[in-house]
Amino acid sequence: MDLHFTAHEPDPEEMEAVDRLLSGLPLNGHRRQYLLPVLHAIQDRKGWISPGALNYACQRLEVPPAEAFGVADFYALFQTRPHPPVTVHVCDDIACHARGAEALCAEVRTALGPEGESRDGHATWHRSPCLGLCERAPAALVVAAGDPPRDQALAPATGGDVLSAAVGVAIPQPDLAASVPQIGQPGLKLLARVGRIDPTSLDDYRAAGGFLALRRAFEMGPAAVVREVVESKLVGRGGAAFPTGIKWQGARSAALPRYLVCNADESEPGTFKDRVLMENDPFALIEAMTIAGFATGCEKGFLYLRGEYPLALARIENALQRCRERGFLGEDILGDGVRFDIELRRGAGAYICGEETALMNSLEGRRGEPRNKPPFPTEAGLFGQPTVINNVETLVNVLPIVIEGGKAFAAIGTERSTGPKLFCVSGHVKRPGVYEAPFGITLGELIDLAGGFGGTGRIQAILLGGAAGAFVTPDHLDAPLTFEGTRAIGATLGSAVVMPFDDTVDLRQILRRIAQFFRDESCGQCVPCRVGTVRQEELLHRLATDRPLGSLAAELALLKELGQAMRDASICGLGQTASGAIESALARLPIYQEKTL
Amino acid sequence: MTFQDAPDAKIPVPRGPVPVVPPPRPRRAVELTIDGQSVAVPEGATLLEAARQIGIDTPTLCFLENLTPVNVCRICVVEVEGSRTLVPACSRKAEPGMVVHTDSERVRLSRRMVLELLGSSVDLSTAPQIAGYMERYDAHPERFGPPAPPARDHERDLARPGHHPAPHNGQTATGGQPVKVDNELYVRDYSKCILCYKCVEACGTDAQNTFAIALAGRGFEARISTEYDVPLPDSACVYCGNCIGVCPTGALMFKSEFDLRQAEAWDESRQTATDTICPYCGVGCTLTVHVQDEKIVKVTSPIDHDVTNGHLCIKGRFGWEFVNRRE
Ligand SMILES: Cc1cc2nc3c(=O)[nH]c(=O)nc-3n(C[C@H](O)[C@H](O)[C@H](O)COP(=O)(O)O)c2cc1C
Ligand code: SF4
Ligand code: SF4
Ligand code: SF4
Ligand code: FES
Ligand code: FES
Repeated sequence: MDLHFTAHEPDPEEMEAVDRLLSGLPLNGHRRQYLLPVLHAIQDRKGWISPGALNYACQRLEVPPAEAFGVADFYALFQTRPHPPVTVHVCDDIACHARGAEALCAEVRTALGPEGESRDGHATWHRSPCLGLCERAPAALVVAAGDPPRDQALAPATGGDVLSAAVGVAIPQPDLAASVPQIGQPGLKLLARVGRIDPTSLDDYRAAGGFLALRRAFEMGPAAVVREVVESKLVGRGGAAFPTGIKWQGARSAALPRYLVCNADESEPGTFKDRVLMENDPFALIEAMTIAGFATGCEKGFLYLRGEYPLALARIENALQRCRERGFLGEDILGDGVRFDIELRRGAGAYICGEETALMNSLEGRRGEPRNKPPFPTEAGLFGQPTVINNVETLVNVLPIVIEGGKAFAAIGTERSTGPKLFCVSGHVKRPGVYEAPFGITLGELIDLAGGFGGTGRIQAILLGGAAGAFVTPDHLDAPLTFEGTRAIGATLGSAVVMPFDDTVDLRQILRRIAQFFRDESCGQCVPCRVGTVRQEELLHRLATDRPLGSLAAELALLKELGQAMRDASICGLGQTASGAIESALARLPIYQEKTL
Repeated sequence: MTFQDAPDAKIPVPRGPVPVVPPPRPRRAVELTIDGQSVAVPEGATLLEAARQIGIDTPTLCFLENLTPVNVCRICVVEVEGSRTLVPACSRKAEPGMVVHTDSERVRLSRRMVLELLGSSVDLSTAPQIAGYMERYDAHPERFGPPAPPARDHERDLARPGHHPAPHNGQTATGGQPVKVDNELYVRDYSKCILCYKCVEACGTDAQNTFAIALAGRGFEARISTEYDVPLPDSACVYCGNCIGVCPTGALMFKSEFDLRQAEAWDESRQTATDTICPYCGVGCTLTVHVQDEKIVKVTSPIDHDVTNGHLCIKGRFGWEFVNRRE
């Protein structure tokens, strides 16, 4: 390609960072796919992506600089203007808001100066959407460029910890029990090994039954594995609730090569279950992906990990390495002639990249803009090839399905929502954390499992399913937490977020924050979402500051119309769900009444 | 390492004549129902083509016959029975037995809302086609409230993805910003940009293969930009003007037209348009030369012209600048 470059030159460090990353990679065919990894390498080394570094990356990858800039400028973790080497991302999203985020922001502001500025040129801070650490709110992520870069997730975070981490001090984090209160309880299937084995040790994993499912799957053969998954009635845990067996069956008759993708971009506010699995049982995900690849005829898997998960990154990287060394990944797995390997890729701060087609664009080195469907990924996905994409938790469920059989799995839960389920409980409960329970546990029972309501105990509302979910009230405690049960109460299970808010929380601010989230995370491609999310936030801002345009009724009518157009005419699920939680809150909670304005 | 400094004078080759391809295998007909009428279209036809075939006029903004559909504006959405959401007519393929409604309540609401959202955030003063749609769908962009003042020069180019200032004073955010005037041939007024992606496609694989401009930023701060917002003369731009040719809103405009408009001297009623063959090389592109007061004010090419598909190179598009200047 005949490319044109500006006169900016890279410095030696930038060149070295790019060269080191690209050394040994096959730079043929789809070489643009390494754009995100290369941008990470530059960002990790220098704290920002300079024009000279970008030029160099574009030369190596043969990408036009305007396009590469557009990619870098899409992702919140990439800085495209001069920036201090240390960035503190302080979560001010809803679970943290309910647990002291504003106080934390104030402390950080006192220490580092106004958001986005830097007193000493060394560190700055930005507010962040949910960091996936809600069970230990308030949370912060400290990102320090260097060789090696040092990233630390802090939760609960204090101003003092943030400052120490910013100068490189390692801050010890609470015991795993603070995230997984059920550790060691009998009967757990998905969390069975969490907290009980050393997540860095392949031997520990094997001693705890690891890779038995893989062996069993190889004995059964691919068709039989898919049959069991169909029989299990497993549906996707990533939010869209699509039957996994049907997806896999469809893929088996598709063209070759096919790709397997694990969606580990977990960014739905309030969601942290995949993080807990990956940090504490990483080999299980690798085993499950290998089975999925075997069953659907994929020789190559991609694991797209949320960019804000440094511990999960380290644990998965280590696990992949161990598996390759010992023949659990590679050319001849278990000596059975099965070929499969996994490439780990990091996201870079974009909720929309959890949407499956946006994720594929991101993997290809493009902006995370969702594609129009059809065609669906099983026909034309990554690099235009048939692609099977599943959520982390979905995949991990395949292990018990292979071991115990689809029928046994289907016997757990309800008729239409089968199997065990992980719930992300945060906000005002006594013991927030990830909880495993069979589908069908009621909302009230789950809250009891989490120690009962916390805060003042006087609960105004419970958010189910995340920002793309819906609000319910304490009147709904008897509702079974299943796909059909939540639908029956006008909600959705989504990514299994359960987040109660007590009466000290200003729900107007929560709704405004949700609206802000969708505005910030919209990819900007389609009009209904790009502008609709802006108008929705402005409207909620007017209501929250008591300055409606016309009457309250007129504002609510406008909001409804906006919601309908976003639901009907947006390209993807982000725009389609951007008004759901807000509309549910306004419909069933006494947040705004004519007299309050 | 070989970095080029200034843009060199490489002259792009216009899209040449399309090679003759063997006739495709006979395509099956697809039968469907649109607004109660049954219609048969060749396999692979879109709902837009099917609707046009029976005389139903569907509004489009981001669609253009000579570009790959990006289906982003959503003005063309229609209702397909059994589909949870509306679907974009411009890119959705007709399927046998589909039952389509192009003027239902839902369709009208979404189309009106798309127009209102655009109208409330974009300066549409040089987009007469959209004004027509506004009337047809009774759109009232002002109902979202008063617009915020325009951004300062380059302010929008510095937005951080995932961050924006909180809404202020009940004002509505817009794309308002100063015009980018950084070369003698054309200007970029992104306050008029509806982000239809057409210019990017024309600059990229759909015509020019230069890739001087791309989408940058995200969400409402998404925008068309060169790398790091460098001025066009520092970018890969070769001034083919193909982006101007496809821009539906006047955001990209010949400097000649821009200057006349600034002087309030632009007057289409005093203009003539004459087709001629470009004299510069042997390809034979048709030029449509627009003349006002005996001066060439812009050059376009017919979109259905089989040599150019509406696309030209710098010589055909801007060579007349020299003619004008010599006078
Ligand atoms: C805006 C948006 C964000 C999403 N984020 C995620 C995510 O972080 N993780 C995930 O597994 N699925 C996410 N999804 C759902 C995926 O598109 C897809 O349905 C899922 O990965 C399929 O896997 P599953 O069938 O195993 O659930 C998201 C969808 C949308 C529309
Ligand atoms: S709905 Fe929003 S996030 Fe999805 S494609 Fe449209 S603009 Fe992008
Ligand atoms: S004039 Fe427009 S289309 Fe042509 S190279 Fe420049 S930016 Fe690209
Ligand atoms: S500048 Fe014109 S062609 Fe380009 S995206 Fe904006 S409106 Fe479309
Ligand atoms: S980590 Fe703050 S809301 Fe999730
Ligand atoms: S014309 Fe169909 S989406 Fe723009």
